[in-house]
Amino acid sequence: MVDKTLELFDCGHRACGGCGAALAARLVTKAAGTNTIVVSATGCMEVFSTPYPETAWKVPWIHSLFENASAVASGVEASLKKQGRTEKVVIMAGDGATFDIGMICISGAFERGHDFTYICYDNEAYMNTGIQRSGATPYDASTTTSPAGKCSFGNKRPKKDIPQIIAAHGAPYVATASIAYPADLMQKVEKAINTVGPCYIQVHAPCCTGWGFEGEQTIAVAKLAIETGLWVNYEMVDGKVVKAKKVVRKPVEEYLKTQKRFRHLFKPTRQDAEIATIQAIADRNAEKYAIDIKLKKE
Amino acid sequence: MSLAVGCRARPGKARDNKTGSWRVFKPVFGKEKCTLCGLCMTLCPEGCVHETEEGFITPDYTYCKGCGICAQECPGEAIEMKQEEK
Ligand SMILES: Cc1ncc(C[n+]2csc(CCOP(=O)(O)OP(=O)(O)O)c2C)c(N)n1
Ligand code: SF4
Ligand code: SF4
Ligand SMILES: [Mg+2]
Repeated sequence: MVDKTLELFDCGHRACGGCGAALAARLVTKAAGTNTIVVSATGCMEVFSTPYPETAWKVPWIHSLFENASAVASGVEASLKKQGRTEKVVIMAGDGATFDIGMICISGAFERGHDFTYICYDNEAYMNTGIQRSGATPYDASTTTSPAGKCSFGNKRPKKDIPQIIAAHGAPYVATASIAYPADLMQKVEKAINTVGPCYIQVHAPCCTGWGFEGEQTIAVAKLAIETGLWVNYEMVDGKVVKAKKVVRKPVEEYLKTQKRFRHLFKPTRQDAEIATIQAIADRNAEKYAIDIKLKKE
Repeated sequence: MSLAVGCRARPGKARDNKTGSWRVFKPVFGKEKCTLCGLCMTLCPEGCVHETEEGFITPDYTYCKGCGICAQECPGEAIEMKQEEK
């Protein structure tokens, strides 16, 4: 057991007030403990935690490029193994780094079977460069490269199912988590770190700046994603879903209404067809992962 | 010519950056309503909330950015956001 009272991601970092990714970094390092080496991909977390000569990390940390964190981690892990050392390797990468540009290095590393834990903090766009859409951006979200306007309701493509793709590589442990459920998130990190082989955890980390809500709402927004079924927290062991968080589902608009990136679905006029399409995504999630708690009729 | 490859920094050196100066609203922790549940300590993105020797929960205002998450999430509504006086 690691000492969870330690702060291994320290004060003084330059994330926006209320940043979900910063909280993710704190919780993940807490759960991972001091015997950890972190490898970061380029992105908000890397930039806000290490403007030279400062660093918020209190464990060894390395950054090379946007696309190659899993290749760097592979090298670190192979070297530790050769030296007979016991440090655990944890990758911290954004959704852009994971879903898009890092995919080739990720696929290679998972195929080679390195013993590391890959954490994707998912804020659903390229935040650090000004909110461009990524493969993780949800349907109809307005970003600077999928702007809502006269000709468009925003991002036209559904979110890529990366956990499934990683599981298809034969990863022994794949999970999704959320900063709104810190105990669950930390438990999953511990489980991944103590599982031999390449493991993957995708952490929902709302971004107040990119999604358009007040920083104080970060946890509330993350909770609504779960409560509406637009984000499902689950665990996969050897490719099979073994557990998923059940909820009494709320309509998706309760989540959508909290964020400016979906504002065009309500103003100037309510877009019922678009909202219904998003509701159908949540309904499919609910069915696929069997998350609905059926309330008994009195 | 010697060429340094990469950059290094001391662990936790970011403490030099006193982010408390960013604050517009200040979380004021009320001792009466606080049940010491510790949720604010868990959820603060700065990790700046801690328990004092006297057993009260308080943020480190040197780093608290005033995001308001602690006040929003406190189940006992023990934290109030007040306009910062500078
Ligand atoms: C090869 C390469 N292309 C583009 C960039 C510019 N760049 C830096 S961070 C970033 C976005 C990162 O997005 P994501 O991985 O989602 O992390 P976030 O900033 O959202 O936390 C981009 C495009 C880069 N550094 N390297
Ligand atoms: S832009 Fe978003 S992810 Fe980046 S530091 Fe700000 S809140 Fe965090
Ligand atoms: S206002 Fe934000 S930064 Fe300040 S103590 Fe509360 S959660 Fe932490
Ligand atoms: Mg991102």
